[in-house]
Amino acid sequence: MSLKQTPLYEMHQKYGGKIIDFGGWALPVQFAGIIKEHHMVRQKAGLFDVSHMGEISIKGPRALEFTRYLVTNDVKQLKDKQIIYALMCYPDGGVVDDLLVYKFSDDNIFLVVNAANLDKDFAWIKEHAFPDVEVENLSDQYAQLAVQGPEAERILQKISDTDLGSIKFFWFNPEVKIAGIECIVSRTGYTGEDGFEIYVSADKAAYLWEKILEAGGENIAPIGLGARDTLRFEAKLPLYGQELDKDITPLEAGLGFFVKLQDDDFIGKEALVKQKQDNPGRVLVEFEMVGKGIPRSHYEVEKDGVNIGWVTTGAHAPTMNRAIGLALIKREFNLPGEEIDIIIRGKAVKARIAKGIFYSKNTKSK
Amino acid sequence: MNIPKNLLYTSEHEWIRVDGDQVYLGITDFAQHHLGDIVFVELPELDTEVVSGDSIAVVESVKAVSSVYSPVSGTVVENNEELEDSPELLNEDPYTNHIAVINIDNPDQLEDLMSPAAYEAFCAEQE
Repeated sequence: MSLKQTPLYEMHQKYGGKIIDFGGWALPVQFAGIIKEHHMVRQKAGLFDVSHMGEISIKGPRALEFTRYLVTNDVKQLKDKQIIYALMCYPDGGVVDDLLVYKFSDDNIFLVVNAANLDKDFAWIKEHAFPDVEVENLSDQYAQLAVQGPEAERILQKISDTDLGSIKFFWFNPEVKIAGIECIVSRTGYTGEDGFEIYVSADKAAYLWEKILEAGGENIAPIGLGARDTLRFEAKLPLYGQELDKDITPLEAGLGFFVKLQDDDFIGKEALVKQKQDNPGRVLVEFEMVGKGIPRSHYEVEKDGVNIGWVTTGAHAPTMNRAIGLALIKREFNLPGEEIDIIIRGKAVKARIAKGIFYSKNTKSK
Repeated sequence: MNIPKNLLYTSEHEWIRVDGDQVYLGITDFAQHHLGDIVFVELPELDTEVVSGDSIAVVESVKAVSSVYSPVSGTVVENNEELEDSPELLNEDPYTNHIAVINIDNPDQLEDLMSPAAYEAFCAEQE
């Protein structure tokens, strides 16, 4: 099967992207080099193609009510043009996907989901849809660009017709013109830095990409998926398939803040209420390497020679310049300061459970 | 792609420099380029006896974990400890920064290695 291309495929080639197969998409893993790109985003700004992300619209008089039934977070408290992070769960509390919910109005909701889960998500949403809501997969119509980093606002402002300062963290404006092109602009991202995500008609994406790079000059660079992953990891932002999965609940992944169990019913609520009462048996912990080695996803974690869990994500964190990780382990072993073993190529390498060692986000929270 | 004329090469993208009974072993420019930013090197222990084809070291980039194989049998007599603190040296200058030195058992094994010209052709096929 040939790889799917985003509307920016030619831009990736033009700017020297190293193209890989990313879940069926031909996307750049890097341009100038992952670590260099990573620092560029932390220090200045980076431009990402995230057009592979899925966009699903839910419309109709009960759109908001249905979305509440679909996800863990209280979307009913959203104002128009506000965004919330939420999880879509199975009845057993395992995660179908994590997503952003954009509320245009009570009868018009826009979901942004993971590329690899799009088909599954769309089928799931259709299957559970109330009879009077209209569910549409808009993914092919939209390209998505992300501009992230401390310089993001200054650069984008140069070519925007709207005061971007008026868009607060986790809000959006659906009527911004950037370089004369109509876009939906949200103050969101997946890097731990301030920045924006821009939804634009697929046929205008390449033009917009060039205009943003032109406006940023030396203060912006194209960024590949490699740095996208190290940036999100350092900021401790979860990735579906690693921190979250059909066999991992949001409570186990430490995302209880995004699970509102008080009022309305939603799919998975019963299981999550029970798990919260009993305390989840597993918990996501931070750790730092003591011995030499780099922890990687799915490496086993042991204590005194007995398996207690696995690494969800691990890496050499470029900003901290050391090897750190996240692991899902049995609750009774969650003792910050305690040593554990990471099994690297059959050998036990010492690590230490920690707390607060990840990158402090620079997002513009109010 | 930099392929020095005074070295021999393997199909796993290691280079070998022969110095009497000893060989210096490292990874090629092609290898470092394809791995990307190297962030960790696991060195062989001194006095390890290796058989040709053994994995003797591991090079990790941000995204990939890659074994380094010895094309010769012998004993590890030196490992380049500088790489433990500065793994990026393999990106910056892969030919000056060897990974290990091996005292070889049988010099005949060197005849199986590729010449610079053969390696260049091999890389061209892989691109």
